Amino acid sequence: MLTGGIIVVASFAYVGLLFAIAAYGDKRADAGRSLIANPYIYALSLAVYCTSWTFYGSVGRAATSGIGFLPIYLGPTLMAALWWFLLLKMIRISKANRITSIADFVASRYGKSQLLGGLVTIIAVIGIIPYIALQLKAISTSFSIILHYPGVAMPEKLGTQLFIGDNTFYIAMMLAAFTILFGTRHLDVTERHEGLVAAIAFESVVKLVAFIAVGLFVTYGMYNGFTDIFQRARENPQLHALMAEGGESGSYTSWASLTLLSMFAILFLPRQFQIAVVENVDERHLNKAIWLFPLYLLAINIFVLPIALGGLLHFPAGGVDADTFMLTLPIAEKQIWIAGLAFIGGLSAATGMVIVETIALSTMVCNDLVMPVLLRLRWLRLTERRDLSRLLLGIRRGAIVGILTLGYIYFYLAGEAYALVSIGLISFSAVAQFAPAIIGGMFWKGGNRLGAICGLSAGFLIWLYTLLLPSFAKSGWLPITFLSHGLGGMELLKPQQLFGLQGLDEISHCLFWSLFANIGLYITVSLLRRPDASEHGQAALFVDAYRQSPEAGSRFWRGSASINDLLALLGRFLGPARAHEALAEYAQQRHVQSMESIPADADTVHHAESLLAGAIGNASARVMIASVVEEEPLDIDEVMHIIDEASQVLAYSRQLEHQSRELEAATNDLRSANLRLQELDRLKDDFISTVTHELRTPLTSIRAFTEILRDNPKLPDAQRENFLGIVIRESERLTRLINQVLDLSKIESGNTAWQSIQFDMRDVIHESAAAVGQLFRDSGVTLTLELPDDAPEIVADRDRVMQVMMNLLSNAAKFCASGEGRVVVKLTHEAQALRVDAIDNGVGISVEDQAVIFDKFRQVGDTLTEKPKGSGLGLAISRQIIEHLGGRLWVTSQPGAGATFSFTLSLLAADVRPA
Amino acid sequence: MSLPHAVRTEQRGQRLAALFLLGCLLFNYPLLQLFARDGTLFGIPLLYCYVFGAWAALIGLMALVVERHERE
Repeated sequence: MLTGGIIVVASFAYVGLLFAIAAYGDKRADAGRSLIANPYIYALSLAVYCTSWTFYGSVGRAATSGIGFLPIYLGPTLMAALWWFLLLKMIRISKANRITSIADFVASRYGKSQLLGGLVTIIAVIGIIPYIALQLKAISTSFSIILHYPGVAMPEKLGTQLFIGDNTFYIAMMLAAFTILFGTRHLDVTERHEGLVAAIAFESVVKLVAFIAVGLFVTYGMYNGFTDIFQRARENPQLHALMAEGGESGSYTSWASLTLLSMFAILFLPRQFQIAVVENVDERHLNKAIWLFPLYLLAINIFVLPIALGGLLHFPAGGVDADTFMLTLPIAEKQIWIAGLAFIGGLSAATGMVIVETIALSTMVCNDLVMPVLLRLRWLRLTERRDLSRLLLGIRRGAIVGILTLGYIYFYLAGEAYALVSIGLISFSAVAQFAPAIIGGMFWKGGNRLGAICGLSAGFLIWLYTLLLPSFAKSGWLPITFLSHGLGGMELLKPQQLFGLQGLDEISHCLFWSLFANIGLYITVSLLRRPDASEHGQAALFVDAYRQSPEAGSRFWRGSASINDLLALLGRFLGPARAHEALAEYAQQRHVQSMESIPADADTVHHAESLLAGAIGNASARVMIASVVEEEPLDIDEVMHIIDEASQVLAYSRQLEHQSRELEAATNDLRSANLRLQELDRLKDDFISTVTHELRTPLTSIRAFTEILRDNPKLPDAQRENFLGIVIRESERLTRLINQVLDLSKIESGNTAWQSIQFDMRDVIHESAAAVGQLFRDSGVTLTLELPDDAPEIVADRDRVMQVMMNLLSNAAKFCASGEGRVVVKLTHEAQALRVDAIDNGVGISVEDQAVIFDKFRQVGDTLTEKPKGSGLGLAISRQIIEHLGGRLWVTSQPGAGATFSFTLSLLAADVRPA
Repeated sequence: MSLPHAVRTEQRGQRLAALFLLGCLLFNYPLLQLFARDGTLFGIPLLYCYVFGAWAALIGLMALVVERHERE
């Protein structure tokens, strides 16, 4: 038997550990070495989403509906993929406008409306109360179950006595005390609590570890792994149905509406907004959280089904609530440590939720509900009090106690009638009402204040009527005829079959009607009514959040103020010391000497307003600032003008940016064109110097021999003949060279006239062989032709092809050894081309040379020591010709083993290209 | 040549949106209906296997999109 004392001590020790972590986190934050400035802590703190609903309730849900518990985690996974669009923008907007809560966000978007802020706060508080009741129920149930260790006993009806004498009430008050200590120790202008976030991240680790520990124990300790549990459950006729379908509430409609609900919940639950937006240190942390957070959800859900099925198998008689399997299974197996760990894990899940949720709600209650009212009550003379910061803290603490008390009362009234998950879903449905106003407000400038008010109110009233009131009726606190016969006996008004709509579960039913009214009114009213000036300005700030400078808000203000008034005002709400500090910092930013010399212009007023907004919310800050400065109200045309102006400036700068990009691209193009020109220029110079060199060699010898002939008239006739022969041959070479250069330049410039004649390639080969026959005979090289019996005729410039053929043959003859040289010419018919190979067994060409022999004036061999055997233009011209005719000319060779020059000519008539 | 930062950021947004749509398909009627039948895979009921498998795969793809972008 465990005594209550041990459990209480353990619980306190655990909470003490949390305090230690929070205190350490705060200390590190003050020292400027933030503990939470990394994406892993951010993702873990987001897991405050997993409450005792997840820890105890999922198992209970799974025991009745199989995988029906999963949409609550699949929705956030899907939404995480959209965080990139939605959450990032919310973070940007909130940082730029010093927004500290979801109510502040909505109020701020629709013209800093106090009415909207208050409305959102009321919806949030009433909507979240069942959710807090759920945590209280879970803690109090788990407490009373573990108290009975080693017996497995269900708690008797909880909360038989209201307040005094009920454990749950003490638990609620204890949680209130923790929350006050955690969250409202001092007033912070940014509403950020680094220590708290660190503690929440730690709690996320604890609950995950505890859940997995229980899961492993049940799966591998009590059974032989997953397969074993599922096998046994399949053999059980009652459990078999859970395997293949969603069970009673697992219809696809309810599956889809739960997914949608949880998608909204992960963005708009006040505690998720607090952690994801307000406590966000660096928006880049979002990147990793996009997949780490869903991964956490996956991990904490892996063992839900085994535990649920294991529990159902272990307690076949019923009598044990499936919501308690996390505890009762280890207890039944007498595993005190595992049961204790499960208890602490559940405590983690519940306290994390309660602390963050009530802090977020208390900020909203204080800033958007109580302060606006108090400031309006003139007889309180609040506006004349010197320091209101203590009052603000007091209101928040009161709000925390109040919210937890309300949660306790709901638990007392309606807690018994529902399973954990069903209670939580009531809250999710309330929070979903924020979706149209927020998402619409971030992407649609047309949405206005009246539209948001109408939509939110209608959605909230329908939620109240179709979901919250029925929960009271089911618990017996309202007459049950309200459910069965409708309000006042009118069948059409039956709360869960509104207007006769049947066939939906209560959540889908409420979601449909409430969102129908909400979205419908938001859009219709927004379209019908023209927004006023302040709404216009704020709409632009929100929708164009990515394009605004941080000071954009000050554009919409005009008037005069005195710096001392502002200082006094700030001092009243932040405390005089903090106000001095903040303005001194601002003076530095503006590069002015002292606080007194800060110009009291629009920027300064805007800065003061945003400082104040951090403490009392945007809507109240607006009112307070207006009370100390003289404003000239802007009319709608002026606001439109400012927005226009801003967007024009923006358009100009876009255009400039665009043009400068184009300029840069053009510069790059020019630079590369210039490089190409320089390269061409260099090539031309090379070409000219090579040509001149090639021309000079024969000219020199001609000149030398003619001089000898002139100076020595008495030369013997034989020698004279010889010299004259050289002169003639060199002149011929010169002519040939000049012809080839002209030829090449003509081909390259495209000035050659190309003829298209149909001819037989075999004839061309025969003729070329005959033409160079003398050369082959002189050098003692044998020439063999291997021609097919039949070859298709081609259409090309016959003379040019012949020129190439002769060039290849004479090259082959030149590089073959005299006597044993053999050259083979082969003609083959390929798919769509004729291929000619000229194969020799000469010296061959090295790989490096193969790459360059088709360049102009490149000759194989050492041109310094050997007499060149050609002009070095033949192959270059040949390749130009073949490529012009649509074919290819290439060489394959191995040094010492001869070379094969091959070319192809296309058989397609299309390749006849007249130049 | 690496693309400008803005283009890559936009590309990531589009990839994540595509994954969102994929997830909507995977976790809804009628794909779920395909697996809501009697049968096991590795001894685990088919439907459970499918939902958890698809879930893990989706998270893996999201990680891939985000982390690849980070590295670039």
